[in-house]
Amino acid sequence: MLQQWKPDPTFYPSPKMAIEAPVEEVAYVAAPRDDGKPDAMCVVDLNKASDTYGQIVHNLELGVRDEIHHFGWNACSAALCPYAPHPYIERRYLVVPALRGSSIYILDVKEDPKAPKLIKTLDANEVEERSGYTRPHTVHCGPEGIYISALATAGSEEGPGGIFLMDHYNFNILGQWEVERGPQSLSYDFWWHLGYDIAVTSEWGYPAMIENGVSLEDLGERKFGHKIHIWDIRHRKNIQTLDLGDDYQMILELRPAHDPTKAYGFVNAVLNMNDLSSSIWTWYKDGDGWGIQKIIDIPAQAPENPDDLPPALKDIGMIPPLVTDHILSLDDKFLYVSCWGTGEMLQYDVSDPFNPKHTGTLEIGGITKSHPHPAAGPVSGGPQMVELSRDGKRLYFTNSLYVAWDNQFYPDGANGWMVKADVNPDGGVEFDSDFFVDFGESRAHQIRLQGGDSSSDTFCYP
Amino acid sequence: MDTISWWGMLGLGAFHGINPGMGWLFAVALGMQEKRRRAVIGALFPMALGHAISIAVVVFVIALAQRQLPEGVLRIACATVLFGFGVYKFFSARHPKWVGMRVNFKDLTIWSFLMASAHGAGLMLAPLLLRMPAAAASGHMHHAPASMTDNTVMLLSAVGVHTLSFFLVMGVVAVIVYEVVGLALLRKAWFNLDLLWSIALMIAGIVTLFLKH
Repeated sequence: MLQQWKPDPTFYPSPKMAIEAPVEEVAYVAAPRDDGKPDAMCVVDLNKASDTYGQIVHNLELGVRDEIHHFGWNACSAALCPYAPHPYIERRYLVVPALRGSSIYILDVKEDPKAPKLIKTLDANEVEERSGYTRPHTVHCGPEGIYISALATAGSEEGPGGIFLMDHYNFNILGQWEVERGPQSLSYDFWWHLGYDIAVTSEWGYPAMIENGVSLEDLGERKFGHKIHIWDIRHRKNIQTLDLGDDYQMILELRPAHDPTKAYGFVNAVLNMNDLSSSIWTWYKDGDGWGIQKIIDIPAQAPENPDDLPPALKDIGMIPPLVTDHILSLDDKFLYVSCWGTGEMLQYDVSDPFNPKHTGTLEIGGITKSHPHPAAGPVSGGPQMVELSRDGKRLYFTNSLYVAWDNQFYPDGANGWMVKADVNPDGGVEFDSDFFVDFGESRAHQIRLQGGDSSSDTFCYP
Repeated sequence: MDTISWWGMLGLGAFHGINPGMGWLFAVALGMQEKRRRAVIGALFPMALGHAISIAVVVFVIALAQRQLPEGVLRIACATVLFGFGVYKFFSARHPKWVGMRVNFKDLTIWSFLMASAHGAGLMLAPLLLRMPAAAASGHMHHAPASMTDNTVMLLSAVGVHTLSFFLVMGVVAVIVYEVVGLALLRKAWFNLDLLWSIALMIAGIVTLFLKH
C-alpha cells in the first residue's frame, strides 16, 4: 500500500479547528432488527440540496440478530497526536461490532461514501479467541491503534469485561489492553483524557442481565454497574474507582471535555432506585486523584393514564426519564441529554461543568406520550442515540436503545426513526421539519457523520 | 573528515530536526498542554540527547566494523541495509508505538532515542562515515593509539555537529510553530516527511554503494 503525501483532510489538531470543518453530507446509522431479517448499516443523505435529503440511500446488510449498536472509525484526529504521529493514514473504514453477535465488520467508505463495502469480517470465534472478550461495544480510534470495549469475558459471559486493541492497518486483534484492572469487572463505555494519560471506563451489565430485556430481578438486587474507573494509560492500570453508590444503576456514556487541557467529563446514571430519576455527573481531576459530583437530576414523570404503561412499569406507576445517551459539543459548551423514557431531548449549557443551565428542550415520542414530530405526527420510542455535527449546529438522533429493551418499554412497536434539529448558537433547539427518516420495521441506533462528529475524534492540542 | 562530510553531518541534522516525528511536534504539544513556552524549550534538551545517543551507537558500530571488515564488504552491507530499509519504509506506514503525554526528562530521552532508531536516523549517516579518510585509515588491525584517540574525538565531533544542527532546527521550528504559525500548519503545510525520509534512506544506500576513496 503506497502512503499518502498529505495528512487526511478530516484530521484536525484541535477541537477549535474541527469546528470549522465542512458540513457533513452523509450519515451512517446502525440499524438492528427484530424480525429475522439481517441488521444493516444504513446511509442517510444529509445534503440539503440533494433530491434524497433525509432519506436512506443505501442499506448494507450484515448479520441476523447481531445487534449492530455502536461503531467508529479506523483512524481520526488522534493520528496527529505528537508522540506517535502518522497523519497519512486515511479515515476510510468503519469498525462495526455486533453487540450480541460478537463479530466485527470492517466497512470501506472511500470509493463511494454513500455505498460502504464490507471488506472484512472478524467472526465471533476469532474476536473471542484473540481478544479474550465477548460482546464488543464502543470503538475509539487512538493514537496508536483502535480500542474496543466489550461487556464480558469470552466463554464465561460474565466479568470481567474490558478493552482490547486492534491494529489500525490490518484490523488484526492484538489482545487485551488492561494490565492491572483492580476491582473493575463490569464494563461498557470508555474514553480518555490523552493530555493527562488517563482513560475512564463505565459499567452497564453482563450479557444475561440485558439480552432478554433489562433483568428487573438483577435491577432489584442492584447488580448493575454504579462506578466509573480511572486508568493510567501508560501503565494500563486502574488507579482509582469512583463509586456513585448503588442507588444509581447503569453508568453509561462517557463524554470527556474535548479540549485536552481540561480534566473533566460527563457521564449519565440511568436509574436512581429510590425515585426512578436519571442523573448527569461530572468527573474531574482533584489534586492527585479524581472526584465525581452529580450536577443534574432529571425526575420521573407521572403518566396521564397509568393503564397505558408497559408491563415493566405497571407496578411502579411512573415514567422514568431513562437518560441513556448524551453528547458534548466540540467547544465543550453544550451537553444534549436524551430522555428515552419521557420523550425529551434536553440541552444544557455546561460551560461551567459544575453549574449547568437548562437552555432548550425538544419533545418527541416517550412512554405513553408519543409526542409528535412536525413532519411525521405521533411517533413511538423516544430520543436515544444522539450525535452532533462538528460545528455544533446540527443535532441528529434516533429512537432505539437495544432491541429487547425497545420491546420491553415500547411494546406497542418501536419502528426506527432519525430526526434532526437545528441549534441556536446562544442556546435553544428546534426540529428541522423537512427531516424525518423512517426506518420502518428496522430500528435505528448510533449515528456517525461523514468525516467525523462530536464523539468520533480525540484531539491532542487545545 | 573533509568539508563535504562535515556539511553532510550538519545538513542531515537539519533534515532530522525538521521532521515532526523526531521531536518538534511533541515539544509544541507539551508547551500547549502546560500553556508555557518553557515547556517547549525544556523538551528540546532530552530530545537532542536521545537523538545523539541513537546516532552515536550507529556511528561507533560502523567505526568498529571498519576495523573488522574489508572496505568493500562493509560498503555493500551498509548500502543494502540502507536501501532495503528505505524501500520498507516507503511502502510501510508502520510507526513506532509510544503512549504518553506526561513525560519527564528520562521519558523524552528514551522517546527520542526510539524515534531516531526506528527511523534509521543514524544509518542515514553511513555514507558520510564510510567516505571519511581517517576512518578508512583505521581499517587496519595495527594502529597507533594516538590515532585511535583522534579518531574517537573526530567521531564524537561528528555526532556533536549533527546533534547541534538537529537541536537548532528542531528548536527554531518548535518555537515558531508554538509562538507564531500555530497548528494550522499541520493541516496546510505538512506533507509526508516520512516518505521523503524513506527516499533519503534509499539515496544514502545508492551513494554508499558507489563511494570511492
